[in-house]
Amino acid sequence: MTNYFHSVTLEEDKCRGCTNCIKHCPTEAIRVRNGKATIIKERCIDCGECIRVCPYHAKKAVTDPISELSKYPVKVALPAPSLYGQFGQDISRERILKGLLELGFDWVFEVAKAAEIVSDATRRIIGAGNVKKPVISSACPAVVRLVQVRFPNLINNLLKIESPMEVAARIAKQTITERENIPAEEIGIFFISPCAAKVTSVKAPYEKKESFVNGVLSMKDIHIKLLEKIKSIPWDFDGDLVSSGAYGVGWAGSGGECSALETPRTLAVHGIHNVINIFEEIVEDRLKNVDFVEALSCTEGCLGGPLTVVNPFVASTNLKWQVNRAKERDFSGENTAADYQDLLWTKDMEYKPILKLDDNMMKAMIKMQKLEEINDGLPGLDCGACGSPSCRALAEDIVRGLAFETDCIFKLREKVSDLADHMKAFEHIYRQKTED
Amino acid sequence: MSSIIKKEYDIPANDFSLAGEASSNVRKLLTQLGVNPTVIKRTSIAMYEAELNVVIHGNGGKARVEIFEDKIEILVYDEGPGIEDIELAMKEGYSTAPDFIREMGFGAGMGLSNIKKNSDRFVLESEPNKGTRVYITIYLY
Repeated sequence: MTNYFHSVTLEEDKCRGCTNCIKHCPTEAIRVRNGKATIIKERCIDCGECIRVCPYHAKKAVTDPISELSKYPVKVALPAPSLYGQFGQDISRERILKGLLELGFDWVFEVAKAAEIVSDATRRIIGAGNVKKPVISSACPAVVRLVQVRFPNLINNLLKIESPMEVAARIAKQTITERENIPAEEIGIFFISPCAAKVTSVKAPYEKKESFVNGVLSMKDIHIKLLEKIKSIPWDFDGDLVSSGAYGVGWAGSGGECSALETPRTLAVHGIHNVINIFEEIVEDRLKNVDFVEALSCTEGCLGGPLTVVNPFVASTNLKWQVNRAKERDFSGENTAADYQDLLWTKDMEYKPILKLDDNMMKAMIKMQKLEEINDGLPGLDCGACGSPSCRALAEDIVRGLAFETDCIFKLREKVSDLADHMKAFEHIYRQKTED
Repeated sequence: MSSIIKKEYDIPANDFSLAGEASSNVRKLLTQLGVNPTVIKRTSIAMYEAELNVVIHGNGGKARVEIFEDKIEILVYDEGPGIEDIELAMKEGYSTAPDFIREMGFGAGMGLSNIKKNSDRFVLESEPNKGTRVYITIYLY
């Protein structure tokens, strides 16, 4: 596996080289060169913002095909809580889970249950003190990668607990091997994902060596097939499949993880650009009286993930209904994490300084000087026509040797007009000579 | 020794939403230079507090930032009302910020001591009715 696996990829044939993606990327990870977008792998955090804004659908998230299921004798589905928001009020959680079984899974294990376990562990960690506040949730892998590449000072604020997906996968694998006496390698654990970042976190985890998840399916890929199955399940079906209460279900939307903590000093922010603004406030010590920050890359949290089907705001209404129904049964006695040591990250996170101009600071300063100079000469329109997201980014690319000043159409026009003047002057001299 | 990079920023009066723009810009600059994250954090906290003072008390002003081979020098200045008693102003918890500003969560009287805490060298010059100048030096290593 390469150092930089990414789920977010480009289909070159579809790319028309427009500037939509470069302008929206929160880490300035995309450039248009030779008429096509290219993703700078080190910078990409798999937030999926470009997937959402590309008008030609040239950006996509690589997920596993459903045919992967056939590789494993025992198939386990781990539905993300956001799946519950993809269906209307008439479809109960029981029916959704049963539908998954009918799609060909042998077991379903709610990630919402694991979310409640993670919340319990979080409560204990914050309660125990000696954590750097505000504690920042690590549930959203795009946000964690954002911290890793842009906010080194916040690495120690991250809640170093495995994500609900990982916790769910681990418990599922353990339960099935123990209860059914099936060897672990025969069990295929499939996460049903609302986003690309989860795929990346399975294929290239940052918090440990290897993920317990064997495959990641896109919610989009299974939605219609699942709906078909659900339609034939009686509306009041109860197969005792649910294992999470309202808090776990609520995790899918913005504010869900915060309310599960049952403490008032929390802040929930969603949408990657809003997350960046809040992180800047934390870095500058401007955010006061907050112990916990839930930061989710997508608008409306995971319900707005690029692989979801339903409009995030509609999904949020759907989810409210599911949360209310979930209040009927309480699993808080079971979904606990008295011994949360097992859930802690086993790998330390390293800062990846992708933004620095040079490894040598003196050289970086000289480059910066040059960058400022070039930037002053650029028109400041941030039009993106050069293929870089802003004039300053172009100046940076030039300093890094990745672009030329004449990539700027205004600079090019200046050059051409200078050239034309020169030619006129030459013509003048030439005429004079021939007349002589 | 002359500075390698020089930047100047306007600090607007009374607009909280723009306070922090200069410090945020400087942080990006330092990140691109590969400066140690702890130094970046100290610089941005000190600079933000100084900026905020100019917004709240100073009627707007300017920030001048110079980066040298080994240090960052910041001058934040205004031509506002100035500080009557510098020693008192330096005390933690002392604030002359009006109530409405405190209600917004600012003006807790920690600004100047916070700047001092985060800088390696800190000089405050002020004269009533003339203005205030805050000099901050932070070493890169």
